[in-house]
Amino acid sequence: MSVIQTALKIRSPSAFDVERIRADFPILKLTVNDKPLVYLDNAASSQMPQQVIDRLVRYQTTQHANINRAVHQLSEVATSEFEESRRKLQHFINANEEREVIFTSGTTDAINLVMHGYGRKFIGAGDEIILTTLEHHSNIVPWQMLAEEKGAKIRVVPINDAGELLIDEYEKLFNERTKFVGVMHVSNALGTINPVKEMIAFAHARGVPVLVDGAQAAPHMKVDVRDLDCDFYAFSGHKLCGPTGIGILYGRAALLESMQPFKGGGDMILSVTFEKTLYNTIPHKFEAGTPPIAAAIGLGAAVDYLSEIGMDAIAAHELVLLEYATEQINAMPGVRIIGTAEHKAAVLSFAVDGVHPHDIGTLLNQEGIAVRTGHHCAQPVMQRLQVPATSRASFAFYNTMDEVDALIAGIRTVQKIFT
Amino acid sequence: MADYKSLYQEVILDHNKKPRNYGTIENPSHHAVGHNPLCGDHITVDVVVDEGRINNIAFQGESCAICKASASMMTTSVKGKTREEAETLIQEFLAMATGKLSHENCPHIGRLAVFAGVSDLPTRVKCAILPWHTLNGAFNAVATTSTEAEEDPMHAPIGDA
Repeated sequence: MSVIQTALKIRSPSAFDVERIRADFPILKLTVNDKPLVYLDNAASSQMPQQVIDRLVRYQTTQHANINRAVHQLSEVATSEFEESRRKLQHFINANEEREVIFTSGTTDAINLVMHGYGRKFIGAGDEIILTTLEHHSNIVPWQMLAEEKGAKIRVVPINDAGELLIDEYEKLFNERTKFVGVMHVSNALGTINPVKEMIAFAHARGVPVLVDGAQAAPHMKVDVRDLDCDFYAFSGHKLCGPTGIGILYGRAALLESMQPFKGGGDMILSVTFEKTLYNTIPHKFEAGTPPIAAAIGLGAAVDYLSEIGMDAIAAHELVLLEYATEQINAMPGVRIIGTAEHKAAVLSFAVDGVHPHDIGTLLNQEGIAVRTGHHCAQPVMQRLQVPATSRASFAFYNTMDEVDALIAGIRTVQKIFT
Repeated sequence: MADYKSLYQEVILDHNKKPRNYGTIENPSHHAVGHNPLCGDHITVDVVVDEGRINNIAFQGESCAICKASASMMTTSVKGKTREEAETLIQEFLAMATGKLSHENCPHIGRLAVFAGVSDLPTRVKCAILPWHTLNGAFNAVATTSTEAEEDPMHAPIGDA
């Protein structure tokens, strides 16, 4: 037993009982290739606890109807549960007002909403948008589409070899044409935690709004949009124990009000005639059509579940896992960690000498271990660090030291096969 | 259930470690570059066809073990064969790797049957077929080919160009 393992067992048997938490997740009892499932692909999608599954079943069994419309009882119940979930999300990120929380289909949808609603209205020819090398494709491509449409320009913040943003270079990119900043809170490919609060303060001093892609941050740390002072914050439900097809965009109320709608349809209007349509108030202006009601309510249950455990306790447990795994991998000859930022969340990308990540992924799967291999939808990062792809283990609060040991043993098996 | 172990058996690991016909050929009669943009793998295939027969063939590139072994075994399989025989083998290999034909129903497949298991691993099929897809591209004067989009051999039948 390592020092950290011993420390963990002494320090937190009651404060963080990972076995009790695991009992909430039915899928973690599965076997894969006759081995216990070791699920280390949480950055792609996390698993769902029974409490959230039960909430979805209860909604679908006793509360379902369309929302915002009928006067019958079921519709009123569904509407009130849907709006209650919005309030839960508001408190989860400490937003000022519930109308600042817009339900979207996920992070990608949320970023596209900002591109269409804000970007197409306020960004024009010659204007500049600052993004970073670390961005996921979902925070690159929408802005490229806008830049192409408007004749705007994208400027990119570089990174160092450890995978940290060069903040001096970020500051140098600003000029009078800078109109927008998009930055991810935590890198999905490398785990780097970016200094978004400081970056936001710098942008705001120049009157530039900032969108934070929080897809990899919200599941792993306390997010406080008022403390960050961000203008937009986006994340997905399925990465924080909720259902797929739901996520949120937080937006500062005044900004959301100034924006044009993204999708047109029902629910986003006050009145429609063929001469003139009046748009609804926020958040409804941005929620055209029947939303995924069950998923939104499920996401509310997921943030309840996480809040009960405590985001600080989650972050602390994941950090112990990350440090233990990092220590183990650093001790292995022929294995190299990609992404060695000083501040990292529970993502561990690595390369094994002489073995392609796809072979690693297939062989680890044979041991029941689920990792992601590939470019992680972040090709610019891979190009910068000159690796075609990596293998990535990403931890959640329900992972254990034993699972880290299984990963290490799995990598040893891969090395043995390839020697 | 897929027998993963059968995929990483000795012969594949050996061809990965010591690929045959690895390199390039000066003045090939046919040449193509194949990409798998999903994982960044790329290989080049050079062929010398003389009077309808493959006199020489070489490949080079960065790829996973499945792709490299498949390329290496492809070169040893088609060297000395006629172009028509090679094209038949390409079709059989693609059919086997994509699970359309069992290896027993591929009369020319021989020891390439070690790749049959890849059909149970949908995410790895393209690793195995990239070299064959690239050879097909070389024969049909397609300089650059890809495993994705319009050029995806999983969705579009190849060889009709």
